[in-house]
Amino acid sequence: MEQLSAFADRFSSQAPACEYWTLRLVEEESDHLEVRQGVVEPSALDSSLGAMVTVVRGGGIGYGATSDLSAAGLRAAGERAADWALAHARLGLFDAGLYPRASTRADYRSTILESWKAMAVADKLALLQAANTALAIDERIVDWAAWLMRRRVSQLLVTSDGGRVSQVFESVHPGLFAVANAGSQTQRRLGGGADWAQQGGLERLAAVRLLDDAPRVAEEAIALLEAPECPEDTRDLILLPSQMVLQIHESIGHPLELDRILGDERNYAGTSFVTPGMFGRYRYGSELLDVTFDPTVPGELVSMVADDEGAPAQREYLIRRGILERPLGGPLSQARAGLPGTANTRASGWDRPPIDRMGNLNLEPGEGSLDELIARVERGVLMDTNRSWSIDDSRNKFQFGCELGRLIEDGELKGLVRNPGYRGISAEFWRRLDGVGGPETLEIRGVTNCGKGEPNQSVSVGHASPPCLFRDVAVFGGGE
Amino acid sequence: MNQDAFFALADRLQSGLSGAEILFCNLSGEASDFVRLNRNRIRQAGHVRSAALALNLIDGARQVEGSCDLTGDARQDLIRARHLLARLRERLVHVPDDPYLHYSTEPGESQRKVGEQIPPAEEAIAELIAAAAGLDLVGIWASGEIHEGLASSIGHRHWHQSLSFNLDWSCYLEADKAVKAGLGGFHWETATLNRKLDALREGLRIMARPARTLEPGRYRAYLAPAAVNELMGMLAWGGFDLKSHRTHQTPLLLMTRGERRFDPRVHLREEHARGLAAGFTAEGFVKPDRVTLIEGGTFGQCLVDARSGREYGETVNAASGSPESLGLDAGDLPMDEALSRLDTGLYIGNLWYCNWSDPNDCRVTGMTRFGTYWVENGEFVSPVKVMRFDDSLYHLLGDRLEALTAERELILSAQTYDGRSTDSALLPGLLVSGINLAL
Repeated sequence: MEQLSAFADRFSSQAPACEYWTLRLVEEESDHLEVRQGVVEPSALDSSLGAMVTVVRGGGIGYGATSDLSAAGLRAAGERAADWALAHARLGLFDAGLYPRASTRADYRSTILESWKAMAVADKLALLQAANTALAIDERIVDWAAWLMRRRVSQLLVTSDGGRVSQVFESVHPGLFAVANAGSQTQRRLGGGADWAQQGGLERLAAVRLLDDAPRVAEEAIALLEAPECPEDTRDLILLPSQMVLQIHESIGHPLELDRILGDERNYAGTSFVTPGMFGRYRYGSELLDVTFDPTVPGELVSMVADDEGAPAQREYLIRRGILERPLGGPLSQARAGLPGTANTRASGWDRPPIDRMGNLNLEPGEGSLDELIARVERGVLMDTNRSWSIDDSRNKFQFGCELGRLIEDGELKGLVRNPGYRGISAEFWRRLDGVGGPETLEIRGVTNCGKGEPNQSVSVGHASPPCLFRDVAVFGGGE
Repeated sequence: MNQDAFFALADRLQSGLSGAEILFCNLSGEASDFVRLNRNRIRQAGHVRSAALALNLIDGARQVEGSCDLTGDARQDLIRARHLLARLRERLVHVPDDPYLHYSTEPGESQRKVGEQIPPAEEAIAELIAAAAGLDLVGIWASGEIHEGLASSIGHRHWHQSLSFNLDWSCYLEADKAVKAGLGGFHWETATLNRKLDALREGLRIMARPARTLEPGRYRAYLAPAAVNELMGMLAWGGFDLKSHRTHQTPLLLMTRGERRFDPRVHLREEHARGLAAGFTAEGFVKPDRVTLIEGGTFGQCLVDARSGREYGETVNAASGSPESLGLDAGDLPMDEALSRLDTGLYIGNLWYCNWSDPNDCRVTGMTRFGTYWVENGEFVSPVKVMRFDDSLYHLLGDRLEALTAERELILSAQTYDGRSTDSALLPGLLVSGINLAL
């Protein structure tokens, strides 16, 4: 952070003449280790360092991003930002006076219990080799791998109003997969934390049981080869947190993004079936549906003190007892829409401007265990681990597929089914919510590849959820 | 960063190698203006100047990769690159021999520079906004220089540079009723812009009619080239990658087993010579002009990157297992006769958010979007509310394929996730006797 502060001082001393400016410096480091089929893949040590200057001038706003952090480089970025501010002043969608001015001063750092350096590279590779051995249990396992990735992002935001927000996000992300094949049937299972990313250090290895999980992953991949196809009909559906993550993400998170509602994303990520008049009155789901934007959950992927424009981050209800309360929109979107929002303006890196993103978007727990949810189902399917996702540009008509399904009959789990999928419409689906697991069933997960924006940006997003029960859902299996 | 500066940096780095060390240096960078538009006004505009150096350090049979950003200042960049090289050396002693290490041992040189002049982004945007007056235009303008370079201690010196623009845009009537267009390349022409805008205005006139709601079921359909591009994007996801084939994960598994095939008129090729992407791989291999992926409806060759090539003993013919410059051969249906041949059915202008419904059966789901109409007696009747399809490509490109158009459209990728994409596709439209709509 010292280096970033020095760059910030350099810029501040020669900042462009304008109504308001911000400088956002971002330094990223990552280390990727992977063993696939017993062979160590090329180790990758990646780093990135750059800055984005945002300038408000003459009623317009523009940005300039550069990896040249010399005095001349930062000055050039500021000048280019000012050029675009002037163009925006002439042809802009809104008066840049709406752009939020931040004076926030705050610091954040991920809690790390076990440093990445606490384990030697040789020991990490030995662990991944052991996981490979544990995955290769049968000749029907035709592909397998284990990996360990560490990412550290340090960023410093300074503003002409005296704002200064420094944040250091660190995550260690392990994972496994096994692919099984017999003839024309291939099945895959993920595990070992592959779809369970959180902030933290090497302690994540124990939390996701990387090595211990390997046999289960391989055995389930093989078992799915022989399993019958998921039936095609309408029945009750229990989604485990590993699929709830996607369900929340696609059919609550994206439609509530205020920039979509304002039309910014219509050419790419899409619009929303949610309209401004719905807030405060629209029944999004059943009484059991409580959804929060919560940047305070320890370890969740987007826990932070402020967003990338300096808005202080705090917990907010988006949906309470099924009623829509507020969208996901940062201060600029809030000002443009005349609606409340959240501190969720984020960028994927120094070279992309902040836009409205999900942060930690969580479905709050209800009561009871997973077994109690299953006991309430006479005829249904339980689905685990997202495999396929697709939803319309208004975020309404969706179809999701999972890696593994289990039939439920008369309140008991029965056999495996393969290629399980389900379809629905967001505006109706959440009203079918009839059971939400208790706090002991809550899992803090997320996705690491949420794509959106023009120019395109991919970011991590946190989602916490218990397993949930939905009534009368259209389910189906594979085959032509 | 320009060619001379990059090669000079590589020379200085390589002069410090010791023993049997080999170093591959790859540069990727751009100086781009991005202008985001909403309601035919500027929503967000700015400039991005980036340069990323990727190093691959090899010693004997061991290798390590790493990357860092460059500043453009020769002294600073040498410091950063040497620091990265030192980290790679530290890591190299901890990794075992890599049996799939594979790089070109034949020195080679190439240089390709495309595009000489495009208007300043501010001027083009002002012209666009004026010409689109009255339209609810939304989208992204991206323009400027893209460059890629390779320099190795073996003697590779390759450079690829282009100056281009890409306007990816749509015009909305209301809610999700919209039509879409693309305009990109190396020459900005006002006449082309106006012709595209006229076509969009005509599309919006049809879009203004009351939308038709279709029931799930099978419908006769014409898929415009932009819609076909989305289906090709799914095939690019494991359809041609050698590793996916050898591990039975390809969605074309049934085809490779001889159990299914596409229509004999389906010929798919990776057309490196026609494409806009660099002609070399990061490991120094030169891409062949063309790779036949599907020939006469049956599987041709896989795309083979360096690592998979070593693992499976195949000749390298691509930078990765995913096509960059895909071409689908044209058929014999004149595009201006597509509606009359469709007669009654669905005209699908674009598809959206496709994913595998069941990869074992090459079954894809996705949504209709932008410019999708109901057609009767060869005439547009009404727009159609968005529908979800769920169908196998063995049907859409196989037993239900009636015709491919005689003309093809060049579609330039507007993707900018890892910098501005140089991918492109040259595709005809497809007439199919049925597509399954599920929701």
